[in-house]
Amino acid sequence: MNRYPWWKYAILAITLVLGLLYTAPNFFGEAPAVQVSSGKVTLKLDDSLVARVEDVLRKAEVRADFVQFDGQSVRARFADTDTQKRAKDALTAALNPDPDQAAYIVALNLVSRSPQWMASLRALPMYLGLDLRGGVHFLMQVDMKAALTRRADSLAGDVRTLLRDRNLRYSGVSRDGDSIRVRFRDSQTASAARTALEEQFPDLTWADALDGADPVLRGTLRPEAARAVQEQALQQNITTLHNRVNELGVAEPVIQQQGLDRVVVQLPGVQDTAKAKDIIGRTATLEIRMVNETAEGQAALAGGTVPFNSERYLERNGAPVIVFRQVVLTGENLNDAQAGFDNQTQEPAVHLSLDAKGARIFRDVTRENVGRRMAILLFEKGRGEVVTAPVIRSEIGGGRVQISGRMTTQEANDVALLLRAGSLAAPMEIIEERTIGPSLGAENIAMGFDSVTWGFIAIVAFMCAYYLIFGMFSSLALGFNLLLLVAVLSMLQATLTLPGMAAIALTLGMAIDANVLINERVREELRAGLAPQAAIAAGYERAFATILDSNITTLIAGLALLAFGSGPVRGFAVVHCIGILTSMFSAVMFSRGLVNLWYGRQKRLKAVSIGQVWRPGGTGAASRGDVADRATGG
Amino acid sequence: MEFFRIRRDIPFMRHSLALNVVSFVTFLAAVFFLTTRGLHLSIEFTGGTVLEFEYAQSADVNRSRATIEALGFGETQVQTFGTSRDILVRLPLRGDVKQAEVAQTVFDALCRAESGTLTQRQYVTEQGEAVSRAACVQAAGTEPLKLNRTEFVGPSVGAELARDGALALAFTVIGIMIYLAVRFEWKFAVAGIVANLHDVVIILGFFAFFQWEFSLAVLAAVLAVLGYSVNESVVIFDRIRETFRRMRKMSTPEAMDHAITRTISRTVITHGSTQIMVLSMLLFGGPTLHYFALALTIGILFGIYSSIFVAAGIALRLGVKREDLLKANSKERDPNDPNAGAVV
Repeated sequence: MNRYPWWKYAILAITLVLGLLYTAPNFFGEAPAVQVSSGKVTLKLDDSLVARVEDVLRKAEVRADFVQFDGQSVRARFADTDTQKRAKDALTAALNPDPDQAAYIVALNLVSRSPQWMASLRALPMYLGLDLRGGVHFLMQVDMKAALTRRADSLAGDVRTLLRDRNLRYSGVSRDGDSIRVRFRDSQTASAARTALEEQFPDLTWADALDGADPVLRGTLRPEAARAVQEQALQQNITTLHNRVNELGVAEPVIQQQGLDRVVVQLPGVQDTAKAKDIIGRTATLEIRMVNETAEGQAALAGGTVPFNSERYLERNGAPVIVFRQVVLTGENLNDAQAGFDNQTQEPAVHLSLDAKGARIFRDVTRENVGRRMAILLFEKGRGEVVTAPVIRSEIGGGRVQISGRMTTQEANDVALLLRAGSLAAPMEIIEERTIGPSLGAENIAMGFDSVTWGFIAIVAFMCAYYLIFGMFSSLALGFNLLLLVAVLSMLQATLTLPGMAAIALTLGMAIDANVLINERVREELRAGLAPQAAIAAGYERAFATILDSNITTLIAGLALLAFGSGPVRGFAVVHCIGILTSMFSAVMFSRGLVNLWYGRQKRLKAVSIGQVWRPGGTGAASRGDVADRATGG
Repeated sequence: MEFFRIRRDIPFMRHSLALNVVSFVTFLAAVFFLTTRGLHLSIEFTGGTVLEFEYAQSADVNRSRATIEALGFGETQVQTFGTSRDILVRLPLRGDVKQAEVAQTVFDALCRAESGTLTQRQYVTEQGEAVSRAACVQAAGTEPLKLNRTEFVGPSVGAELARDGALALAFTVIGIMIYLAVRFEWKFAVAGIVANLHDVVIILGFFAFFQWEFSLAVLAAVLAVLGYSVNESVVIFDRIRETFRRMRKMSTPEAMDHAITRTISRTVITHGSTQIMVLSMLLFGGPTLHYFALALTIGILFGIYSSIFVAAGIALRLGVKREDLLKANSKERDPNDPNAGAVV
């Protein structure tokens, strides 16, 4: 009765092999590597770079274990750090001949030392979380209200253009919160305008109102359009953060959306919050506006009040500039910004390239405003600064704009970087920040590892002493559970954190319950006088429902943590839930398989080694226990 | 080996009133400390900044505290952490201070107190990973202290985490109740959940009394232990049902005594083996896992207590009768029920 059909053994064997295969990569450790990634938004990497990197390495006589392309970057693994350093120098020199305009980012990194054939089976080690590895973690909140306001601002501009094109006379277009107010002088124009606006702006709903005697149209964004604006803003911010982080040259950054309006940024290896924050936290947004050169504007410059339609900003050298509130272009329309030199004067300059819409607007604006000044403003942390306010010499078409004058090469580089990376769709604020030093990370790994090891050893010692051979089977099943758990986590490419390691320990502690239940039940059946083979079968069968019960209640708590937890708790919950599932398999099926292999084929089984079975009242009652045990157990 | 050699059923139910009173008093004490002292919530819930520094020599907490208090960040806590060389600094949220720069400012001040200056250090580790960090360097080139860890949580996040934590607890309690009600009967569901919630409140009471730090990890431990020890009540209820069915002459308290006595061995051994693992975490897991493991330890110990002494007593007080269980069971025949075959 205690025999498994061959296919059950086959399933166990296959799981064992798979478990070993997917757990193995975690034990190979990491080898030094060099990672080459794109330094420019416009530069997309592909397979051809692999050949180029190999070529460079061959010429520099550096031997790489392998060079491969992983979709984002090219990585080359080396035997030791010396080779790694030489490779980095060679690659930097070959790929970025001009350090000022680095097209590629060459960074030191670590990759798994596991053999290639494992990687090709997607058997990869788990990622280590920041608390085990050291690094910086930021949680950033995207200011969605600002994204909506900005969208309303640009829509107000579009409304103005449309009404002007259609010759519909209005007395004012303004933004009021997230909505747009258009004032007219007579209701006839208002209704004509409404038809035109409804046709042209499907994203807005329009409502009539009166302001004194004047008819007013109020346009508000439809909820679905507002949602789209927010999603786009978040996506653009994530892209922008990617670009900025790339400039940092971090090996494996994580930049992910969290919830509706948050972005998580994790930079392993970076300990220096100040520097990371400097680049990431730089919530710069770009705006192009016209300089107010009217008499009022000049008066404001001299110290008078700033006109209502304008604002006062400072240039880098501290000189004030009065600019109109109306925004001509925002960073949204900017495709790329590169530092370079002016063709004629050889002065340092920044070359901008605009998208189609931006190019059209820019052409129109420059045509209408030749001889006037236009200001390029950069908003960082809510403060605006005029980067430059050049005079428009002629109409500029084609979307290629050059900003020059009064800049050093370094400044041109900075401005280009800021403009390129700076086109955030909405400002962001750091709402959570964590840094963990590398030594602390290593300590955490050691501590987590020690807890699991010692706990495991203690449990195994107890089980083997108390339940003898059945305890050994239970211990093997527990080891198998650990193997499966690590294998599944590696397969899912989960990130292992310290709470995750705690969850592994706790899950093992709870998983042994199932085997204790089984063993106790088998003892009880023996106590009740069942024959050994029957007692084993009955024990396993009757314990199963209890095991199921206990795992379901534990799983409910685990799922609650998974659903409502965030950050570290989530890591705990994932491991906990997976561990419960693997323990069901290992504690019941695997340990039964071992028992069946050991006892199943013995037809006339006299005794099983499960420790002493004590019976109340009876003196010779302990006869079904193991002989050796009776001698020692007393 | 056999730890439990019990000849006769232990009369738990005879003492159930006394035991329930003891539980109730402990519970009230826990509630009392929770309301008067309150939980010492970690910055994950309250918002604020935590910094961990490691000194080269033994840290002078008082001097560090004075240095930091001079910066005027409001109520500051400075204490040693793990070893005497590590200190932990807790700073509250202040609207007028730029949170993002707090860590840097404090590091700078402590560094200057050791007559060092902050510089940027960039180096490659032995494994070949590029690392850059801010370091405090003295004139001689030594590093008197290191900034090991910083954590800043904004006010909005904290409120959210507190809400999510409450939701997770509610979800767990309701989920387990539904499960118990389906599996047994509502009186057992109520008894099981009351017994185990009483554990949760007592864990929280411990944290309030000793002013241990209550963090997200502790909350996770509390929920995990709740799910874990409810199953102990499930096992005992299972046995009670089985006993009702097999021993028709037994009265309800007798059946309960019998069921608890029969399961006490496995209750203690399963909890004990889980406790071994948790103890190992408490001993080797270091300061980060300390309170997590502590919450689990208390939870498991009280889990044993409440499963054995409290849950059945409450069910008895709620008026559970033989008919409640047997009727509920005859309606839905559970094919997995181990007791289905045990009917005489």
